Amino acid sequence: MTEPPSLGRDDVAHVAQLARLALGEDELETFTNQLARVIEHARDVAALDVEGVPPTTHALPVRNVLREDDPRPGLDHEEVLAGAPSTEDGRFKVPRIVGEAP
Amino acid sequence: MSVDGGAPGGTAPRGGAPGGTAPRGGAPGGTAWETVVGLEVHCELKTRTKLFCSCKNAFGDEPNTNVCPVCLGLPGSLPVLNAFAVELAMRIGTALHCEVRPSIFHRKNYFYPDMPKDYQISQYDEPINVGGWLELPDATRVGIVRAHIEEDTGKTTHQGESGRIHAAEYALVDYNRAGVPLVEIVSEPDLRSAAQARLYVTELRAVLVATGASDGRMEEGSLRVDANVSVRRLGDGAYGTRCEVKNLNSLRSLGRAIEYEAARQVALLEATGIVAQETRHWDENAGRTVPLRSKEEAFDYRYFPEPDLVPLAPDAEWQARAAGAIGLLPAERRARLSTLLGAAPTTQQAEQVRVVVSQGLDDLVVAAAAGGAPADLVLVRAANELASDLDAALSLDPGAFGALVAMEARGALTATQSKAVLVELLTAGGGDPAAIAAAKGFEALSESSLADAVRDVVEAHPDEWERFMAGEAKLAGFFTGQVMRATQGKADGKAIAAELRRLRERDGPDPTDHGGRGDRDDHGGRGDRDNHGGRGDGGDRTGMERAGEDV
Repeated sequence: MTEPPSLGRDDVAHVAQLARLALGEDELETFTNQLARVIEHARDVAALDVEGVPPTTHALPVRNVLREDDPRPGLDHEEVLAGAPSTEDGRFKVPRIVGEAP
Repeated sequence: MSVDGGAPGGTAPRGGAPGGTAPRGGAPGGTAWETVVGLEVHCELKTRTKLFCSCKNAFGDEPNTNVCPVCLGLPGSLPVLNAFAVELAMRIGTALHCEVRPSIFHRKNYFYPDMPKDYQISQYDEPINVGGWLELPDATRVGIVRAHIEEDTGKTTHQGESGRIHAAEYALVDYNRAGVPLVEIVSEPDLRSAAQARLYVTELRAVLVATGASDGRMEEGSLRVDANVSVRRLGDGAYGTRCEVKNLNSLRSLGRAIEYEAARQVALLEATGIVAQETRHWDENAGRTVPLRSKEEAFDYRYFPEPDLVPLAPDAEWQARAAGAIGLLPAERRARLSTLLGAAPTTQQAEQVRVVVSQGLDDLVVAAAAGGAPADLVLVRAANELASDLDAALSLDPGAFGALVAMEARGALTATQSKAVLVELLTAGGGDPAAIAAAKGFEALSESSLADAVRDVVEAHPDEWERFMAGEAKLAGFFTGQVMRATQGKADGKAIAAELRRLRERDGPDPTDHGGRGDRDDHGGRGDRDNHGGRGDGGDRTGMERAGEDV
């Protein structure tokens, strides 16, 4: 396992921006310290010898949870739009989008 | 680039100095440019339900009528994987010679209203299919990096003056498509031209249809293509900086966009030596690509394993079942037709085979040929006469089609008559070609009546015949037309040509040496004339001249 990177204030600001979180200066400070400790812990784990141990892909020892391809009715149309801040033509009305879909 | 060659619609790339269109062009004193293309094809799977919920997977329903808490991303809802979507993904992987592997799902996080969860469930570093290839009809083998499962996004419509995103005032979202199963097929950068990229998509589409995974309808968005385009000097080992071009909704857009983008990059490289890595948007109306976002602005998707889904590991038995459900692949179908021909197909026949297979007419051809009609003529008629009325052709009775072609092959009908009967068969979906031919008054001209008809026409037009004999070859068309008219189209064009040739050879072997009468007697080959005798002296020059005077 590669060495976990050290964490700075700029990294936290970047991650917060990706998650659309508006953090104040002192919050940034707090989370940088907290996250640094989490990374420290990852460093402890990275120090372990895991040679020959298969990677864990999921906490549950379960594979192939599947359902048949049978349609079932979803939500009522009015119910669907009830949670929308605004609607038009049976669709969700959202603010102008800057940039394009990824 | 050359403006007319490289930029479709005559639009030059902005800021681009004239250079050479890849791959034809070249810098002064430099080598030519080569276009390098890799494609990402998104294929909507033909399941009944969505990927992680039981909502209907349907195109064209009223907006937001096929949605539920799962695909709306409502709190507390949990995804459950659709077994048939997995089966179709395995069929695709198998058809593309991929290794089908145990896989897991990841969350791809981004903030955009087309996914109400604010993430898309996709496969990241452990996809279901890896490392395959697709062989094109031009024998190029295109590498497949991966073919992974993911969910589709909702459909966003930008509202505003121009409909353009940047001018839009607001957007409307329909989540019917959100959560529809997709397989994204990523190719190696093995394609070398716009034409080849189109060929790849055409072939891939046919493969996807053969697996039963897709309806192949690009116009409905069930196949969507992004192109990674770069250029390099011919012979260079390293790839150039690439740009990803989005919004390619048709084969035409794909071809135009690649040509434009390659030309733009060549112009940039020749002017500045630098192409910036970025994502670009194809503007179909303007005929050009425009920047969408730079490498610096590229999304950081914060991929992480989807905790609500357990790993997927189809066993060998299920994989075998999926593989067994794949229909004949287009390459196999082409091979089947080629085998039918008995000999290696000519270039023309190879093209006919390609057309027939791409139109789905190969079963008809095989069935018609199995009834005894000669395969080469069946193939020609199918490729040339059936493709224009495909719906009717696909429900045409192969027995009737085969019987018709057999009649034509043994000379009972001319090509023209055969085509006329075929139109009737297509309209009715079948029928008795012999009866239709009889009803139309079609009966093939016997060899002797054909010869008589040709002789009559030749005798009636001595001046034209003289000129034809003197080497005016285009008059063959005139004589053919006259004979056709005289026989109400019952004569076969090829037979007329043969008869004209025979008469000309008899009357004068060398059209340029066409002097006195005595010469003709010496060179004309009396024996030849005698062999074809018994039909009077109509072909005799003296007789013709007399006939001409009589008119």
